[in-house]
Amino acid sequence: MPESRKSPINKTEKRPRSILLSFIKVLRSFSTAVPMLCGVILLMGLFQIFVTKEMIASVFTGQMFRDTLIGTLIGSVSAGHPISSYVIGGELLIRGVDLFAVTAFIVAWVTVGVVQYPAEASFLGRRFATLRNLFSFFLAILVSMATVTILMVIR
Amino acid sequence: MSTGKKGDSRSGLYFLVFVVAIYLVLFLLKPEKTLPALRASGNMLVRILPIFVLVVFFMGIMNYLLTPKTISRYVGQGSGIKGWLLATSTGILSHGPIYAWYPLLRDLRVQGMRSGLAAAFLYNRSIKIPLLPMMVYYFGIKFALVLLLFMMIASLAEGKLIELFERGPKALG
Repeated sequence: MPESRKSPINKTEKRPRSILLSFIKVLRSFSTAVPMLCGVILLMGLFQIFVTKEMIASVFTGQMFRDTLIGTLIGSVSAGHPISSYVIGGELLIRGVDLFAVTAFIVAWVTVGVVQYPAEASFLGRRFATLRNLFSFFLAILVSMATVTILMVIR
Repeated sequence: MSTGKKGDSRSGLYFLVFVVAIYLVLFLLKPEKTLPALRASGNMLVRILPIFVLVVFFMGIMNYLLTPKTISRYVGQGSGIKGWLLATSTGILSHGPIYAWYPLLRDLRVQGMRSGLAAAFLYNRSIKIPLLPMMVYYFGIKFALVLLLFMMIASLAEGKLIELFERGPKALG
Protein backbone atom coordinates (compact mmCIF):
# COMPACT_ATOMS: atom_id res chain seq x y z
CA MET A 1 0.00 0.00 0.00
CA PRO A 2 1.62 3.29 -1.03
CA GLU A 3 0.37 5.23 1.99
CA SER A 4 2.10 2.79 4.30
CA ARG A 5 5.36 4.41 3.27
CA LYS A 6 4.23 7.91 4.09
CA SER A 7 4.30 7.91 7.85
CA PRO A 8 7.32 8.03 10.11
CA ILE A 9 5.21 6.52 12.89
CA ASN A 10 6.67 3.33 14.33
CA LYS A 11 5.48 0.26 12.48
CA THR A 12 7.28 -2.19 14.69
CA GLU A 13 6.52 -3.09 18.26
CA LYS A 14 9.18 -0.61 19.43
CA ARG A 15 8.12 2.75 20.83
CA PRO A 16 10.15 5.97 20.26
CA ARG A 17 12.86 6.31 22.91
CA SER A 18 11.49 9.58 24.30
CA ILE A 19 8.27 11.55 24.10
CA LEU A 20 10.25 14.48 22.64
CA LEU A 21 11.50 12.28 19.80
CA SER A 22 7.93 11.12 19.26
CA PHE A 23 6.69 14.72 18.92
CA ILE A 24 9.57 15.64 16.58
CA LYS A 25 8.61 12.70 14.32
CA VAL A 26 4.94 13.68 14.39
CA LEU A 27 5.67 17.36 13.68
CA ARG A 28 7.85 16.31 10.72
CA SER A 29 5.01 14.10 9.47
CA PHE A 30 2.41 16.82 10.01
CA SER A 31 4.51 19.45 8.22
CA THR A 32 4.17 17.45 4.98
CA ALA A 33 0.39 17.86 5.36
CA VAL A 34 0.47 21.66 5.71
CA PRO A 35 0.43 22.67 1.98
CA MET A 36 -2.53 20.36 1.25
CA LEU A 37 -4.48 21.59 4.28
CA CYS A 38 -3.77 25.23 3.36
CA GLY A 39 -5.04 24.55 -0.17
CA VAL A 40 -8.30 23.10 1.18
CA ILE A 41 -8.79 26.06 3.55
CA LEU A 42 -8.20 28.54 0.70
CA LEU A 43 -10.73 26.67 -1.49
CA MET A 44 -13.31 26.76 1.28
CA GLY A 45 -12.86 30.53 1.62
CA LEU A 46 -13.54 30.91 -2.12
CA PHE A 47 -16.67 28.78 -1.82
CA GLN A 48 -18.02 30.78 1.14
CA ILE A 49 -17.80 34.08 -0.72
CA PHE A 50 -18.56 33.10 -4.31
CA VAL A 51 -21.49 30.70 -3.73
CA THR A 52 -24.45 32.55 -2.21
CA LYS A 53 -27.68 31.25 -0.60
CA GLU A 54 -29.64 32.67 -3.53
CA MET A 55 -27.53 30.69 -6.02
CA ILE A 56 -28.22 27.48 -4.07
CA ALA A 57 -31.98 28.15 -3.74
CA SER A 58 -32.35 28.92 -7.45
CA VAL A 59 -31.45 25.40 -8.65
CA PHE A 60 -34.38 23.57 -7.00
CA THR A 61 -37.24 22.71 -9.36
CA GLY A 62 -40.21 21.78 -7.14
CA GLN A 63 -40.10 18.09 -8.14
CA MET A 64 -39.46 15.89 -5.12
CA PHE A 65 -37.18 13.21 -6.60
CA ARG A 66 -35.20 15.58 -8.78
CA ASP A 67 -34.83 18.05 -5.90
CA THR A 68 -33.60 15.31 -3.54
CA LEU A 69 -30.88 14.46 -6.06
CA ILE A 70 -30.10 18.17 -6.57
CA GLY A 71 -30.00 18.67 -2.78
CA THR A 72 -27.52 15.82 -2.44
CA LEU A 73 -25.37 17.16 -5.30
CA ILE A 74 -25.33 20.72 -3.95
CA GLY A 75 -24.61 19.49 -0.41
CA SER A 76 -21.76 17.35 -1.75
CA VAL A 77 -19.95 20.21 -3.48
CA SER A 78 -20.67 22.68 -0.69
CA ALA A 79 -18.16 23.40 2.03
CA GLY A 80 -18.27 25.24 5.29
CA HIS A 81 -19.54 25.03 8.83
CA PRO A 82 -22.55 22.71 9.33
CA ILE A 83 -24.49 25.66 10.84
CA SER A 84 -24.47 27.23 7.37
CA SER A 85 -26.21 24.13 6.01
CA TYR A 86 -28.93 24.41 8.72
CA VAL A 87 -29.46 28.11 7.93
CA ILE A 88 -29.64 27.49 4.17
CA GLY A 89 -31.79 24.38 4.74
CA GLY A 90 -34.20 26.40 6.90
CA GLU A 91 -34.48 29.07 4.21
CA LEU A 92 -35.03 26.43 1.51
CA LEU A 93 -37.94 25.00 3.55
CA ILE A 94 -39.48 28.48 3.85
CA ARG A 95 -39.19 28.85 0.07
CA GLY A 96 -41.16 25.62 -0.35
CA VAL A 97 -38.38 23.16 -1.16
CA ASP A 98 -39.33 19.62 -0.12
CA LEU A 99 -38.08 18.25 3.23
CA PHE A 100 -36.60 15.20 1.39
CA ALA A 101 -34.38 17.55 -0.64
CA VAL A 102 -33.43 19.72 2.34
CA THR A 103 -32.54 16.68 4.47
CA ALA A 104 -30.43 15.20 1.67
CA PHE A 105 -28.76 18.61 1.30
CA ILE A 106 -27.77 18.94 4.98
CA VAL A 107 -26.65 15.30 5.25
CA ALA A 108 -24.52 15.50 2.08
CA TRP A 109 -23.07 18.84 3.28
CA VAL A 110 -21.46 17.14 6.29
CA THR A 111 -20.76 13.65 4.94
CA VAL A 112 -19.59 14.16 1.33
CA GLY A 113 -16.51 16.32 0.78
CA VAL A 114 -15.75 17.18 -2.84
CA VAL A 115 -13.64 20.19 -1.79
CA GLN A 116 -11.73 18.09 0.76
CA TYR A 117 -11.36 15.12 -1.64
CA PRO A 118 -7.77 15.92 -2.76
CA ALA A 119 -6.63 16.03 0.87
CA GLU A 120 -8.58 12.89 1.81
CA ALA A 121 -7.19 10.98 -1.17
CA SER A 122 -3.67 12.12 -0.41
CA PHE A 123 -3.80 11.02 3.24
CA LEU A 124 -6.09 8.00 3.22
CA GLY A 125 -5.68 6.74 -0.34
CA ARG A 126 -7.61 7.50 -3.51
CA ARG A 127 -9.61 4.27 -3.43
CA PHE A 128 -10.73 4.81 0.16
CA ALA A 129 -11.64 8.48 -0.44
CA THR A 130 -13.55 7.69 -3.64
CA LEU A 131 -15.51 4.81 -2.11
CA ARG A 132 -16.26 6.76 1.08
CA ASN A 133 -17.56 9.80 -0.79
CA LEU A 134 -19.59 7.71 -3.25
CA PHE A 135 -21.24 5.70 -0.45
CA SER A 136 -21.85 8.89 1.54
CA PHE A 137 -23.58 10.40 -1.52
CA PHE A 138 -26.03 7.50 -1.89
CA LEU A 139 -26.47 7.16 1.87
CA ALA A 140 -27.45 10.86 2.06
CA ILE A 141 -30.40 10.06 -0.23
CA LEU A 142 -31.34 6.95 1.78
CA VAL A 143 -30.99 8.72 5.15
CA SER A 144 -33.16 11.56 3.85
CA MET A 145 -35.86 9.14 2.64
CA ALA A 146 -35.82 7.11 5.87
CA THR A 147 -35.90 10.20 8.10
CA VAL A 148 -38.74 11.99 6.34
CA THR A 149 -40.78 8.78 5.94
CA ILE A 150 -40.46 7.99 9.67
CA LEU A 151 -41.44 11.58 10.52
CA MET A 152 -44.54 11.24 8.32
CA VAL A 153 -45.48 8.02 10.14
CA ILE A 154 -44.96 9.30 13.71
CA ARG A 155 -46.50 12.75 13.10
CA MET B 1 -1.00 8.86 -5.65
CA SER B 2 2.16 9.87 -3.94
CA THR B 3 4.49 7.19 -2.89
CA GLY B 4 6.32 8.66 0.01
CA LYS B 5 6.88 11.64 2.22
CA LYS B 6 8.50 13.65 -0.58
CA GLY B 7 5.77 12.75 -3.03
CA ASP B 8 3.13 13.43 -0.41
CA SER B 9 4.34 16.95 0.31
CA ARG B 10 4.95 17.56 -3.41
CA SER B 11 1.36 16.70 -4.36
CA GLY B 12 0.22 18.98 -1.54
CA LEU B 13 2.42 21.76 -2.89
CA TYR B 14 1.06 21.29 -6.42
CA PHE B 15 -2.48 21.49 -5.04
CA LEU B 16 -1.65 24.67 -3.09
CA VAL B 17 -0.05 26.26 -6.16
CA PHE B 18 -3.15 25.34 -8.18
CA VAL B 19 -5.46 26.99 -5.62
CA VAL B 20 -3.24 30.10 -5.43
CA ALA B 21 -3.40 30.28 -9.24
CA ILE B 22 -7.23 30.22 -9.04
CA TYR B 23 -7.04 33.09 -6.53
CA LEU B 24 -4.77 35.10 -8.86
CA VAL B 25 -7.11 34.62 -11.83
CA LEU B 26 -10.16 35.50 -9.72
CA PHE B 27 -8.35 38.52 -8.28
CA LEU B 28 -7.87 39.87 -11.80
CA LEU B 29 -11.53 39.23 -12.67
CA LYS B 30 -13.30 39.98 -9.35
CA PRO B 31 -10.99 41.58 -6.80
CA GLU B 32 -13.95 42.78 -4.68
CA LYS B 33 -14.87 39.13 -3.95
CA THR B 34 -11.45 37.51 -3.95
CA LEU B 35 -10.03 39.55 -1.07
CA PRO B 36 -12.99 38.70 1.24
CA ALA B 37 -12.49 35.02 0.28
CA LEU B 38 -8.85 35.29 1.32
CA ARG B 39 -9.94 36.96 4.56
CA ALA B 40 -12.53 34.20 5.18
CA SER B 41 -9.80 31.58 4.69
CA GLY B 42 -7.52 33.44 7.13
CA ASN B 43 -10.28 33.54 9.74
CA MET B 44 -10.95 29.83 9.19
CA LEU B 45 -7.25 29.04 9.65
CA VAL B 46 -7.12 31.01 12.93
CA ARG B 47 -10.24 29.19 14.18
CA ILE B 48 -8.90 25.71 13.44
CA LEU B 49 -5.29 26.22 14.61
CA PRO B 50 -6.15 24.96 18.13
CA ILE B 51 -7.62 21.81 16.54
CA PHE B 52 -4.36 21.21 14.65
CA VAL B 53 -2.44 21.60 17.93
CA LEU B 54 -4.82 19.08 19.54
CA VAL B 55 -4.37 16.61 16.66
CA VAL B 56 -0.56 16.89 16.79
CA PHE B 57 -0.73 16.39 20.55
CA PHE B 58 -2.87 13.23 20.14
CA MET B 59 -0.56 11.93 17.42
CA GLY B 60 2.54 12.51 19.56
CA ILE B 61 1.07 10.79 22.59
CA MET B 62 -0.28 7.89 20.54
CA ASN B 63 3.02 7.48 18.72
CA TYR B 64 4.79 7.29 22.06
CA LEU B 65 2.33 5.08 23.95
CA LEU B 66 0.68 2.82 21.40
CA THR B 67 2.17 -0.08 19.54
CA PRO B 68 0.59 -1.66 16.45
CA LYS B 69 -0.42 -4.53 18.73
CA THR B 70 -2.46 -2.20 20.98
CA ILE B 71 -4.03 -0.45 18.00
CA SER B 72 -4.88 -3.80 16.47
CA ARG B 73 -6.64 -4.82 19.69
CA TYR B 74 -8.86 -1.71 19.77
CA VAL B 75 -9.41 -0.79 16.11
CA GLY B 76 -7.69 -3.57 14.16
CA GLN B 77 -9.04 -6.66 12.41
CA GLY B 78 -9.99 -8.47 15.62
CA SER B 79 -11.51 -5.47 17.40
CA GLY B 80 -15.12 -6.55 16.73
CA ILE B 81 -18.02 -4.58 18.19
CA LYS B 82 -15.62 -2.76 20.54
CA GLY B 83 -13.92 -1.20 17.51
CA TRP B 84 -17.22 -0.03 15.99
CA LEU B 85 -18.33 1.50 19.29
CA LEU B 86 -14.97 3.25 19.68
CA ALA B 87 -15.01 4.62 16.11
CA THR B 88 -18.62 5.80 16.45
CA SER B 89 -18.21 7.46 19.85
CA THR B 90 -14.86 9.13 19.11
CA GLY B 91 -16.26 10.33 15.76
CA ILE B 92 -19.22 11.97 17.50
CA LEU B 93 -17.06 13.50 20.24
CA SER B 94 -14.23 14.79 17.99
CA HIS B 95 -14.14 18.48 17.11
CA GLY B 96 -12.97 20.66 14.25
CA PRO B 97 -12.97 20.23 10.49
CA ILE B 98 -12.82 16.75 9.01
CA TYR B 99 -9.49 17.33 7.21
CA ALA B 100 -7.72 18.11 10.50
CA TRP B 101 -8.12 14.44 11.42
CA TYR B 102 -6.72 12.95 8.18
CA PRO B 103 -3.07 12.83 9.37
CA LEU B 104 -4.05 11.05 12.59
CA LEU B 105 -6.21 8.53 10.71
CA ARG B 106 -3.41 7.95 8.20
CA ASP B 107 -1.04 7.00 11.01
CA LEU B 108 -3.64 4.77 12.68
CA ARG B 109 -4.37 2.99 9.39
CA VAL B 110 -0.66 2.45 8.78
CA GLN B 111 -0.54 0.75 12.17
CA GLY B 112 -3.47 -1.54 11.38
CA MET B 113 -6.74 0.36 11.88
CA ARG B 114 -9.60 -1.17 9.87
CA SER B 115 -10.74 0.93 6.88
CA GLY B 116 -14.36 0.47 7.89
CA LEU B 117 -13.69 1.95 11.30
CA ALA B 118 -11.89 4.94 9.73
CA ALA B 119 -14.95 5.47 7.50
CA ALA B 120 -17.35 5.14 10.44
CA PHE B 121 -15.25 7.65 12.42
CA LEU B 122 -15.36 10.15 9.53
CA TYR B 123 -19.12 9.69 9.00
CA ASN B 124 -19.89 10.15 12.69
CA ARG B 125 -17.91 13.39 12.70
CA SER B 126 -20.97 14.83 10.94
CA ILE B 127 -23.01 14.30 14.12
CA LYS B 128 -22.32 17.45 16.11
CA ILE B 129 -23.79 17.33 19.61
CA PRO B 130 -22.99 21.02 20.35
CA LEU B 131 -24.92 22.00 17.20
CA LEU B 132 -27.98 19.94 18.14
CA PRO B 133 -29.90 22.95 19.61
CA MET B 134 -29.36 24.78 16.31
CA MET B 135 -30.74 21.84 14.32
CA VAL B 136 -33.71 21.57 16.70
CA TYR B 137 -34.37 25.32 16.25
CA TYR B 138 -34.55 25.00 12.47
CA PHE B 139 -36.09 21.55 12.02
CA GLY B 140 -37.62 20.43 15.35
CA ILE B 141 -36.61 17.87 17.97
CA LYS B 142 -38.26 14.86 16.24
CA PHE B 143 -36.42 15.58 12.99
CA ALA B 144 -33.08 16.01 14.76
CA LEU B 145 -33.36 12.78 16.76
CA VAL B 146 -34.60 10.63 13.84
CA LEU B 147 -31.92 12.06 11.52
CA LEU B 148 -29.10 11.45 14.01
CA LEU B 149 -30.27 7.88 14.57
CA PHE B 150 -30.27 7.16 10.83
CA MET B 151 -26.89 8.85 10.41
CA MET B 152 -25.39 6.55 13.03
CA ILE B 153 -26.87 3.54 11.24
CA ALA B 154 -25.55 4.90 7.93
CA SER B 155 -22.05 5.28 9.41
CA LEU B 156 -21.96 1.57 10.26
CA ALA B 157 -23.37 0.65 6.84
CA GLU B 158 -20.71 2.77 5.12
CA GLY B 159 -17.92 1.20 7.17
CA LYS B 160 -19.15 -2.32 6.34
CA LEU B 161 -19.57 -1.47 2.63
CA ILE B 162 -16.04 -0.07 2.40
CA GLU B 163 -14.60 -3.19 3.99
CA LEU B 164 -16.65 -5.35 1.65
CA PHE B 165 -15.37 -3.46 -1.41
CA GLU B 166 -11.78 -3.43 -0.17
CA ARG B 167 -11.83 -7.18 0.43
CA GLY B 168 -13.55 -7.85 -2.90
CA PRO B 169 -10.54 -7.95 -5.26
CA LYS B 170 -8.53 -9.99 -2.73
CA ALA B 171 -11.30 -12.54 -2.46
CA LEU B 172 -11.45 -12.80 -6.25
CA GLY B 173 -7.68 -12.83 -6.70
